Amino acid sequence: MKAHDRDRTPRSLVGGSPLSAHTIGFDGRELPAQEGQSIAAVLWSAGILAWRTTREGGAPRGAFCGIGSCYDCLVTVNGRPNQRACLVPARPGDTVTTQEGTGHADLAV
Amino acid sequence: MPTSPSEPDASGPADLADLAVVGAGPAGLAAAVTAAGLGLRVTLLDAGEQPGGQFYRHPAPGLGAARPEALHHAWPEFATREAALRAHVSAGRITYLTAHHVWTVVPDGGHWVLHAVAGPEERAAAVHARALLIATGAYERQLPFPGWTLPGVVGAGGAQAMLKAGLVLPGKRVVVAGSGPLLLAVAGSLAAAGATVPAVVEAAAYIAYAARTPVLLRNPGKLAEAAAYGAALARHRIRLLTRHAVTEAHGTDRVEAVTVARLDRDWRPLPGTARRIPCDALAVGHGLVPQLELATGLGCATRRSPDGTVALELDAGMRTSVPGVWSAGETGGIGGAGLALAEGEIAAHSIAGRPAPAGLVRRRARLRAFADAMGAAHRPGPGWTGWLRDDAVVCRCEEVPAGRIREAAGELGARDARTVKLLTRAGMGWCQGRMCGPAVAALAGEAPAPDRRPLSCPVPLRLLAELPPDAH
Ligand SMILES: Cc1cc2nc3c(=O)[nH]c(=O)nc-3n(C[C@H](O)[C@H](O)[C@H](O)COP(=O)(O)OP(=O)(O)OC[C@H]3O[C@@H](n4cnc5c(N)ncnc54)[C@H](O)[C@@H]3O)c2cc1C
Ligand code: FES
Repeated sequence: MKAHDRDRTPRSLVGGSPLSAHTIGFDGRELPAQEGQSIAAVLWSAGILAWRTTREGGAPRGAFCGIGSCYDCLVTVNGRPNQRACLVPARPGDTVTTQEGTGHADLAV
Repeated sequence: MPTSPSEPDASGPADLADLAVVGAGPAGLAAAVTAAGLGLRVTLLDAGEQPGGQFYRHPAPGLGAARPEALHHAWPEFATREAALRAHVSAGRITYLTAHHVWTVVPDGGHWVLHAVAGPEERAAAVHARALLIATGAYERQLPFPGWTLPGVVGAGGAQAMLKAGLVLPGKRVVVAGSGPLLLAVAGSLAAAGATVPAVVEAAAYIAYAARTPVLLRNPGKLAEAAAYGAALARHRIRLLTRHAVTEAHGTDRVEAVTVARLDRDWRPLPGTARRIPCDALAVGHGLVPQLELATGLGCATRRSPDGTVALELDAGMRTSVPGVWSAGETGGIGGAGLALAEGEIAAHSIAGRPAPAGLVRRRARLRAFADAMGAAHRPGPGWTGWLRDDAVVCRCEEVPAGRIREAAGELGARDARTVKLLTRAGMGWCQGRMCGPAVAALAGEAPAPDRRPLSCPVPLRLLAELPPDAH
């Protein structure tokens, strides 16, 4: 790897700076967030790739399709279960908790 | 971009638009601004917050990106249309509804009613229009393998989407695998954003293109694009392994390495060729699948595309088989953003009752031929199920392993994917088979069937209950 590759980041690629930074809570931790990032993006920036466990096997899952079609990224936001983390913008002060199993779905398909 | 203050939610036919466009990707955006330019009153709806769709996905304004175009080629094509959209919205010619997920369309007398779930609070919204254009794009085709549910294994387009919108990477050392030209774009973007990409693992042989030289030569723009991808791979020292596949992802809580094996012509892994590549993420996808449920729900006819997916049957004016319903972009067959733009404009002319400019029609034919050649070259070979061990999960939502599906299709005598689904629950979970559909069909021994889902997204029961009885 060339030296300059190591210094590259998504931010250095597009330049500029976020209009404002804030934090969200995740399972009792404070995570830095930038205005306009989805909840999944905030979690990925913190190196967190899993925020849900499956109903049957209790296996860890996080974002997979990144565009709202796989429903693998479901998470509980401010007490509301089954939110797609890849679509929902992170708002200042949001509390995100790991979702176990169905999260008591009140949504129908 | 601001949504028009006069939302036509709960509007009656008094607010009848000339045209409703579902999807603000390249196809829907181009169609909406062209139609508005031709004098139509248009309502444009998209599930997302910003126009651009999958290709022109870009950071939200709050992220303050000074050069969003650094993640795209052909950004001006988008920027001019976005400016036109803003102008038409201020002039009242386009009503643009963001965060509106259309879940069904029903006829009502001589017009269409689109029902949507709106905003994070999941409000009910309805839009009435004389003509309907479906430009809902595509999602990724996934072929499962052992370990593909591990955190850190993400869609290739998904990684690209998360990078473009949220400026984030799934890991530092990311293998890119699957099939299709999107992989080259994804590898280039990930590397430009600072990830190390040890290899792009492509199941097809690029040699397959050689047989299609005439189509390639008619598309110099596409050749230049390919050359640019090649140069990017070389610059970042990314190895391109063709006729290889990731046959397993390893790790406990997240991916730590992948096994890569050589494939024969039918995509069967060759014994003795497996080797491990350490990584902390895998971006994987085998092309795209048109997203058709709104169209098939209305009865629009479909066709089989050269890439093995099901797409809408469209005429030269982008009409579906259902009068009053048009479609453009990836719903009519996977083909890239340039083709989607051209098709959106052709559709707008046709809806306005005008002939489409000849140059546009030629451009569409040329790009469609290129897309078909590309699709055929990357169509999954039948041997890929050879890497799918019985204990590997196929349906991510319902956690159904390959062995159970094989049992249903074998001993239990299921002859088609529908029966397999009823016996195993594969495809009955949240995603409604979007992730496992192609795999279940292959294991059941049939070609993938058209998208048939009663609703295009989960809908709160209270919204269903609020529908007028004749809409059910
Ligand atoms: C995850 C992903 C990443 C991709 N990345 C690239 C890339 O980096 N480079 C590249 O060349 N190509 C990429 N593509 C291919 C790209 O999709 C197409 O080339 C191009 O965007 C197609 O344009 P379109 O207008 O047909 O569809 P899209 O761009 O997919 O637009 C469809 C739009 O419809 C909206 N929509 C869908 N269903 C509904 C509904 N029911 N209600 C309301 N709105 C709805 C979606 O939100 C979306 O905005 C990607 C595809 C995917 C799936
Ligand atoms: S990652 Fe697939 S729905 Fe969010």
